[in-house]
Amino acid sequence: MSSVISLTDIRRVFIMGDQQFEALKGVSFDITTGEFVAIMGASGSGKSTCMNVLGCLDPPTSGRYLLDGLDVGGMGTNELADIRNKKLGFVFQGFNLLARTPAVENVELPLIYAGLGSRERRRQALIAMEQVGLAGKENNHPSQLSGGQQQRVAIARALVNNPAVILADEPTGNLDSSTSEEIMNLFTALNRQGITIIMVTHEHDVAAFAGRQITFRDGRIISDSLTTATV
Amino acid sequence: MDFIQTLKIALRALRTNKMRSFLTMLGIIIGIAAVIAMMAVGSGASYVISQQIASIGSNIILVIPGSTTSGGLRTGSGGAQTLSSDDARSIGTDCPSVAYAAGTVRASGQIISGNMNWSSVIMGGTPELFEIREWPVVSGRAISQQDEDGAIKVCLLGQTVAENLFGSADPVGSIVRIKKIPFTVIGILERKGQSPQGQDQDDAVFVPLRTAQRNLVRSQRTGIVSAIIVKAKSEELIDKAEKEIQMLLNQRHRITAAKEPDFTTRNLSEILAVAEQSAKAMSLLLGAVASISLIVGGIGIMNIMLVSVTERTREIGIRMAIGAKKNDILLQFMTEAVLLTMLGGLIGIALGAGGATGVSRFLGWPTMISIQSITIAFLFSAAVGIFFGFYPAKKAAGLNPIDALRYE
Repeated sequence: MSSVISLTDIRRVFIMGDQQFEALKGVSFDITTGEFVAIMGASGSGKSTCMNVLGCLDPPTSGRYLLDGLDVGGMGTNELADIRNKKLGFVFQGFNLLARTPAVENVELPLIYAGLGSRERRRQALIAMEQVGLAGKENNHPSQLSGGQQQRVAIARALVNNPAVILADEPTGNLDSSTSEEIMNLFTALNRQGITIIMVTHEHDVAAFAGRQITFRDGRIISDSLTTATV
Repeated sequence: MDFIQTLKIALRALRTNKMRSFLTMLGIIIGIAAVIAMMAVGSGASYVISQQIASIGSNIILVIPGSTTSGGLRTGSGGAQTLSSDDARSIGTDCPSVAYAAGTVRASGQIISGNMNWSSVIMGGTPELFEIREWPVVSGRAISQQDEDGAIKVCLLGQTVAENLFGSADPVGSIVRIKKIPFTVIGILERKGQSPQGQDQDDAVFVPLRTAQRNLVRSQRTGIVSAIIVKAKSEELIDKAEKEIQMLLNQRHRITAAKEPDFTTRNLSEILAVAEQSAKAMSLLLGAVASISLIVGGIGIMNIMLVSVTERTREIGIRMAIGAKKNDILLQFMTEAVLLTMLGGLIGIALGAGGATGVSRFLGWPTMISIQSITIAFLFSAAVGIFFGFYPAKKAAGLNPIDALRYE
């Protein structure tokens, strides 16, 4: 199996005035296509910074990041936007849907920036919505949907452009435990279809759904282990 | 991202805050309406002036006598009786830049026809006068050279005089008495309207110059004219013609450097061009004042767009995270701002045009709404949107996606 993500000695230093803070102190790991990885760690451990680097939202200070065979380092903001659009799907803790916009149009959003025509966008968006079990809710606005349903819309949005990797940042953080389980089951099902998922969480029972757990502390990886995920 | 999609997103954003969008637009609406209305009033005024200039006749130079001293009292200019019919004839034949020259005298008196009477201006003039003033007859015939040479008692009536003496009846062929002397009406002049000074040019009666000199005006010598009206061959030749006239008359009147000239020349179109210029300046000034309100409106747009960018920071973050480029965001907010101002501009144009029409209907002011001013106003409103929308849009596009996503 080929590596979809390959990090080599990634460092991220924040400079605030004359103070320096090293959030990532040389992080290296590879993720293979089809993996379901949970990134764990307390707040301030560097897991969110790592997620931002993986998401091409925050360029690392040094180190090498290969995403789907492409060297992301040294890319301009427009190229990074393109990479995010074509290779990555984002799922956030707070859903981050556009209010007052029908669910299906939220799902279509990445395809707008990919430059697809409206008919093709709608077709692909409907497929993605069916994949997450939201067929029939296309025209509901986010405010008319439950938290779980909103997160499903967000997942459909992350899926719609057939990304190489889905990045989920605390996807169950705003959900109750039964809904969390629903969402995690959806992730597991998508992973079984061959989709690579990287998820940041600090909850062990959520992390248990993943096949591999990488734990951060103080900007370094302290453990990287395979789990036998069964729930 | 295609343009239609950008437009749809912008429209949705504006619809979301209908009241706010409208209030923001109001500044532009008022500004554009003011510009349109002011320009309509201004160009209406200068149109009227240019019409009046045309009614005087083009390329005209007026020669009037200078002042005279009588018993220690100096008269104003035009007081002396120094210009003659011969001067007029000589200007017409000896000045190469002059097309026509006509001597005129002027009197006022009562004109009587049957039981009707009317007091009016009586002008004596050679046949060239009507060429110079580009003033044709609408019925009957014009004054001929035979009338002039024979000092025949014939007259042409202006429209106002004809209406007051004859009503709707045709006066051609009738006899009127001017200062108790009977004259045959040979024709009616075309309607001229008001002069730039506001006088009714149609309230006049015209007779051959020699007829007037013999019967209607009193003068110290025969062949005296009160003014000579000259038409230059073209606009470019006006100044040259004026110099030629001055040289000719200096010679004829034996004016030397030591002696003050006994005549004055006046270039009428020049005076009127100044009037037209001032009307144009006025309309420009009004437009400038109105533009200030447009700028104020533009600042309102900028203010609201800045608020909008702050409010929608998270949305911007989401869009960036899923692949919107800086330019996509820039374009989105620019489109929103330009849409606001262009919609405002359209409403403003409608209001301004309506206002101008109302002004001309109820106040009787002449107004003119030109396609040009509408186009300028529309483009200007779009420009205001681009100018004042750029900074907020730039600010939106410059956001860091991570910070924007985290923004509460």
